[in-house]
Parts: sequence; structure tokens; C-alpha cells
Amino acid sequence: MSAPLPTTEGDQELLRFLTCGSVDDGKSTLIGRLLHDSKLIFEDQHAALERDSAVSGTVEDGLDLALLVDGLQAEREQGITIDVAYRFFATEKRKFIAVDAPGHEQYTRNMATGASGVDLAVILVDARKGVLTQTRRHARICALMGVDQVILAVNKIDLTGYDQTVFDVITAEFMTLAKELAFASVTAIPLSALKGDNVLERGAEMAWYEGPTFLQALEAAPVGGSASDAPFRMPVQWVNRPNLDFRGFSGTIASGVARIGDAVAIAPSATASAIKEIHSQTGPVAAARSGEAVTLVLEDEVDVSRGDVIGAAGTPVAVTDQVAAHLIWLDEAELPPGRPYIMKIGTATVGASVTEIKHAVNVDTQEHVAAKTLGLNEIGFCNLAMDQPVAYAPYETDKTLGGFILIDRISNATVAAGVIAFGLRRASNLTWQDLDIDKRSRARLKDQKPCVLWFTGLSGSGKSTIANLIEKRLHALGKHTYLLDGDNVRHGLNKDLGFTDVDRVENIRRVAETAKLFVDSGTITLVSFISPFRSERRLARELLEEGEFLEVFVDTPLAECEARDPKGLYRKARAGAIKNFTGIDSPYEPPEGAELHLQTVDLTPEQASDAVIARLREEGFI
Amino acid sequence: MSAHLRRLEAESIHIYREVAAEFRNPVLMYSIGKDSSVLLHLALKAFTPSKPPFPLLHIDTTWKFREMIAFRDKRAAALGLRLIVHTNQQGVADGVTPFTHGSSRYTDVMKTDALKQALSAHRFDCAIGGARRDEEKSRAKERVMSFRSANHGWDPKNQRPEFWRLYNCRINEGESVRAFPLSNWTEADIWEYIALEEIPIAPLYFAAPRPVVQRDGKLIMVDDDRIPLAEGETPEMRRVRFRTLGCYPLTAAVESEADTVAAIIAETLAAKTSEREGRMIDHDQPGSMEKKKREGYF
Repeated sequence: MSAPLPTTEGDQELLRFLTCGSVDDGKSTLIGRLLHDSKLIFEDQHAALERDSAVSGTVEDGLDLALLVDGLQAEREQGITIDVAYRFFATEKRKFIAVDAPGHEQYTRNMATGASGVDLAVILVDARKGVLTQTRRHARICALMGVDQVILAVNKIDLTGYDQTVFDVITAEFMTLAKELAFASVTAIPLSALKGDNVLERGAEMAWYEGPTFLQALEAAPVGGSASDAPFRMPVQWVNRPNLDFRGFSGTIASGVARIGDAVAIAPSATASAIKEIHSQTGPVAAARSGEAVTLVLEDEVDVSRGDVIGAAGTPVAVTDQVAAHLIWLDEAELPPGRPYIMKIGTATVGASVTEIKHAVNVDTQEHVAAKTLGLNEIGFCNLAMDQPVAYAPYETDKTLGGFILIDRISNATVAAGVIAFGLRRASNLTWQDLDIDKRSRARLKDQKPCVLWFTGLSGSGKSTIANLIEKRLHALGKHTYLLDGDNVRHGLNKDLGFTDVDRVENIRRVAETAKLFVDSGTITLVSFISPFRSERRLARELLEEGEFLEVFVDTPLAECEARDPKGLYRKARAGAIKNFTGIDSPYEPPEGAELHLQTVDLTPEQASDAVIARLREEGFI
Repeated sequence: MSAHLRRLEAESIHIYREVAAEFRNPVLMYSIGKDSSVLLHLALKAFTPSKPPFPLLHIDTTWKFREMIAFRDKRAAALGLRLIVHTNQQGVADGVTPFTHGSSRYTDVMKTDALKQALSAHRFDCAIGGARRDEEKSRAKERVMSFRSANHGWDPKNQRPEFWRLYNCRINEGESVRAFPLSNWTEADIWEYIALEEIPIAPLYFAAPRPVVQRDGKLIMVDDDRIPLAEGETPEMRRVRFRTLGCYPLTAAVESEADTVAAIIAETLAAKTSEREGRMIDHDQPGSMEKKKREGYF
């Protein structure tokens, strides 16, 4: 017999809704009107509104209701919304959280922030302007984030003389879009936020409109049912271990029900156990359901840590290291495929990179367009590869295990949000062939320890000269070596690559993988590449085993390199004949923790190579 | 308890556990008020049977109500938690008081500077605070995990996007995050929760006869003899309570008969002014709170 579930009676259902749409469509004014007419504004706030309206209001001789929501100084000065504002109110019917999103394209990532986790989106359209690019973009982002209820608020209808034809035309155009985006419901309402028509009260001039007022529509909207009927899933946030007698796994139940005695499987390891104790928000319980924050104790001493997912044994959590996902790009700098990022999914943090952009979306025409990269606010459908298997689910069935973010490894900025369409099984079909002769045995035969000497620095800094000298000396010592030189590799393996940021990342990835193969063969591998980006050098480092990667910073000031200009490249770059030249119009990010730092202004190439050889001896490579 | 409050509680606990898992050295900003009481209660729930894996920090301006300090010490001792109290000693030495330097300058020195000193000295990488989005317009704009630069500044025009519950807690050396588990609670939620969970709160929230003077239409409690009285100004006993707690010279009382949590809830629901009306520092200049927050205030 199953244990009784905690009840959810007496709940004033909470609706989280977003207001979005293009600039100046009146989003903040609509929220302001709702708060104002519902008498939800305190006297001191009303007095402040009157003062503020007089100073920075945009409504002649009246209250500028948008100022109730636009809380930042810069917003009030410019009369625009920059970031999402959260407003809380309640009517007799239910509680609300209104999430007011900015309309400017520049602030799309803030709008997307607001769209994640709301039940309903109010998409505003200015009756005089109709459906705009930004309306379409916001509608698409809402669809991407899984918001499937929409109120289409055709605002400023007063300025069209309350014209029903205008309303009908806009509604029809939006419905075409809505069908493509597969919203579950769309309610179109003609209204005037400024005058209050059809917000709380029916508009006297719109006898032709028989649908609900804005507030009625909000009060009637169904709230997404809890995911209690789905299989049990709980990503582990934190391991609770106060003493040797207690070991609990804390997390929020993402879906389903947990009951004492239930058999569970832990992903990604597929370890089996059963639930022994459940500690909920109210104390020990026999069962807990989705949405509750709990601590579970299992029957067995199994290895579970943050990032793992505890799931029902009968329907185990899917695991993969490759997914296809819709991605919204949020960074100023465009997406370079292949660059390693940090992925946060559920409670797991792993390394991940975009391996392929299948297509980008033109938000205006809804067309799929071929793309090599994604720019700020662009949406694309991509393949991603993770550096280890993770528990996941398609976003459609599970928002907790289907949504992820990508974080830049250097700046720590959140550069993308993604929703998983499906997992790719390629990794499991392509098994690793175990070989009998391994790196260690190959190295022993050569009487050396393999490593990568990664020379980075500006063009003309002396990387190749120094690397060449070192290879000659190692050769003379009877050591097995190979030198991968930037220019030479570009003639062969990488001849299909150019010099854009995207191609530079791929260039380094291929060289790093090649260097890894050479190290595996037992060879001391010298790589002489400008390799201007820290994140790519880190990628190379992480491909190799701990201690195998020695970064050698050949540090020559730009002026000195330019004075030497052995290949005449700086002259050409200055003349504009070469684009994306490192140091001139493409950045060089100097290493922060290089194993060797060669300041060539004070060193001859011989002295520099002495330092490197000495280091190889010290570390036992030769 | 309503499902609404249970969900808010679950969300707060989730945020706490993310903080504990992702940060090296977090700290709970304990300011003794009702929101701090709820914040502390939730921290106990989130980690039970363990103790919260972080200490409490109180920035003592030396101008807090005496009953607040007594309540603080009693709670920390009862729960067996480590309490760090920090005062800006330079500010004390310079004689900075709300009466001599004005509320704005005083707050900068004794609260914001003091906070930054404490965070830097202990190298805390995450400070957990009880701010709610319904309190004030600039707070309504803030993320749950709100990034701060190495000099503790907030850049409201360039906040990290925040999706679902995937909080980006990654920072470089010296940078920090302010975490707000109560972001989505309202004042009414806080009171309802205090009543249902029987959470101890400072006695100043309950109406009692207290000595007050009236200044600019606001009732200021005479908590000790450091408050300079104007000629002819004599404290009178009135039945008052406080909707929020801060430094006594800067926190106005309201006349009230509410001496139980139930009565306070009834009063709160009927209130015609916001709780922060009595906080002078919110109003000392336009965009006050945002400005203070950009400089490091909570």
C-alpha cells in the first residue's frame, strides 16, 4: 500500500506571468495600470509616483504608471526598461507574480531570463504598429522556454479609434505565428493600458469585443499541473553528512513521487538502491512529491554526489554525452564552435562545446538558415558534446533535466541557455578500442617521458626559432621528438581553416588532438602556434594528462615583433591587407600560469632553449 | 500551510543548498529583523540534521535598538551558531553618527563600508541576504544570485542572465555573489510564515508602550540618551511597534495595538503605506536604494 501524499488544499493558486513585446508597446504601463486600478499601490508609493511623474514622466499632466515598475535610475531617465522587474500582487481569486520584460533587442537576454519559469506570457502589440520583428522574437523565445499559454494584448487600441478591423488583422497575423510555434492557447484582447479599457473594466467604446478583460483572462488561466504523475527524479544538490551515522542526499524533487521502500537507480552510474528515509520540509515523512525540497537516505552505502540524479528504478534516467538542443546565444562575442564551455544541467557541472550548428533561425521569416556561428540574441539548433556522460531528458518532458546554461571559462559570464531536443547516441555506438601496447610501454622503449611543450606568443616572437633549437638539442641527446609548427600544419591538416575566431578555435583543437596522439606514441611533442586565446590553450591542456602539458610563453613585446617582422606580415596587416591579425586587429590573451615564461628581449634563443632543456631534466622528462 | 508558502519555502531551501554546494566560504547576513528570522529558520531546515555550513554576520552600527542586540545574542547562543559581529571602528573613531553626518553619509560609513570591510577581511565569496523583491523598486530588479565585482559593486545594467534554477555561481578571485533566498516572498508571506512556523522575532515588532519623540511627522523611539533632544522636546510614552528594524534614530515607529502575530498580519493586510516608509535611508535622495546597492549596500 502506498503512503498518503501531502495535501495541497487551501492554495490560492499562484500565476507567474511575463509581459513582453517590442519597445514602447506599453508593457510597464500595463502592469502599472493593473496595480493602480486594483488598489494595490500604497499611499507612500502613490505619492512617490506623483512626484516622479512630474519629474521624469512621459505622460502629459498625468501619472506615468510605468514608473511604478521601472525601478532603475537609468530606466527612469531614459523612459525604457532595461532589466526584468518582478511585481507581486493578489486579487480575491489568486496570487500573481508579474515579470515585466524589456522590449529592446539589446536586452533580449534579460527578457529570456524572465521567460524561463513563467506559466503564461502576455505579448503586447501596439495596435498602430502591428506584429513587429521583436514581437516575433519574443514569441519564439517564449515557445523555446516552453511557455505555452499566451495573452495577445493589442494595446493602444484607443489610438485607432477602437477599430475592430485593426484588432482582427493583428490577431490573424499573430495566430499564423502562434500555430508555427505551437502555443497551447492564445487569448487576444484589445485594450488601452493608458486609459484602462479592458484592463480591469470593460472599455465603453468596444461593444464589439465580447471576450474576457485582461484581469479576467489572468484569473482564469490554468496553472501547469505539478509533474507528480511523471516518474520520480531528483537531482542531488548537496550531500548531508553531519556524522558517521547519517548520510542523506538533498535536492528538490523534479518530478514524480518518492516513497519509502521505492527502488531507485542513480544516474549516470546506474547504481541501484532503495529509499530508506525521507526528510521533507516538515520533518520525516513516508512520501514526498515534485516541488518539495527533501533529503533522502538510501538503503545501501552507494557512491552518490552532487550532479547525480536519483530516479525511479523502473524508468531510469537517460544518460548521454551528446545532445541536440535549441540554443539562445547571450554573449556579445559570437559563438565559436569547438570552444570548451562549462555546462550547468540539473545540478551537474561538466565541460561542453558546440560541435555543430545545424541551423540558425531567422525570427522574422521563421526560416532555418545555414550558420557557422551564432551572434548575440540569435537562436540556433546545435549539437553539443560533453566531456563526460550526464543525466538528461528532453526539455519537453522534463524542464529540470532538459534545460542548461553555458558559462565562459575565463569571464564566468553566462553565454547561452539551451533546451534539449533529444540525446545523441553516437558515443555509445563508437566504442573505444583498447590497445595492448600503451603510452607507458612506448615511452619506456624510447627511454623518456612524453610531454607537450606548447609555445605560445605573437607572430615573430621567436617561437619557431626557439622550438627548432630545442628539437635539435633533444635529437642530439637521442630523444624522440616531433615539432608541430603553425604555418606547416595550416598547409596540410588545417588548410580548410581561415583566421576568424571560429576557425582559430578549430585550428587549435585539431592541433591539440594531434599533439595528444604524438604524446600517446611516447614522443616529446613541440607545438609552435600563436594560439592567442586562453580558453583554447586550456582545452589543449585538459586533453592531456596532469603534468604532461608545459605551456611556454614566448614573451616578446608587440613593438619588437613588429620591428623584426621576419615574414613581412605586420606590414601587410597594418596596411589592411591581412585581416584578423593577432596583436593588430585580433586580441592576444597572454598566459596567466605558464610553466615557462621566456622574456626574449633579455635572452638569446640559445639561453631560452637552455632554460627549457633544464626544466625537462628537472621534471624527469629526459 | 498553504501550498503557496510550501513552494516558497522549497525554493528558498533549494537556493541555500546551491550556495552551500557551490561556494567555498559563504556567510549569512543576519540583521536581526523579521526577514532575517525567516532566513535563519529556512537555513536550519535546509541543512538539518547538519547545522548550516556557514557563520552569521551582523554589521553592528552601534545604533541598533538595544532589544535587537539582546535578541541576536540569545538566538545565536540558543542555536549554537557562530556569530561574527563587525563594526567600522574607523567610523566610530571619526565620530560618525546619524545625527552629526546625516543619514546618507552615516549609512555609507557605518553600514556599507563596514559590510565591505567584513566581507573582505573574512574573504567571504557569497553573502546570503534576506532582501525581497517586493520591498523596493531596485530590489525588484535583482537576480537571486547577484554578482558583485571585486570592490563589491553592483552593475544593475549588466546583470548575468538567470535561467530556471540554474544559478551561475562561478566567480574569479576577489569577486563575490549576494544570494537572496527570499527574493519571491512578500511581506504578507513572511508574516504568515512566522505565524505558522512559530518563528521567534524581536519584541520590537509587537506593540508596547515605548518612549518616542515626533520628528517630521515620524515617531522616533528614544532608545538611549545619545539622541539629542531639541529644546522643549520631551519623550512621551506611546503604544507603538515597528514594521521594519534598523538603526533606531532612522527607523520610525507606527502607533499600533497589535501585540500578537495574528494582529500584525491583520494590520499588514490593511496597511495603506509600504513597510519601508519608516526607513529614512530609502528616501534621503532620488534612487537612494539603487545607489546604495551599487556601492555595496545590501
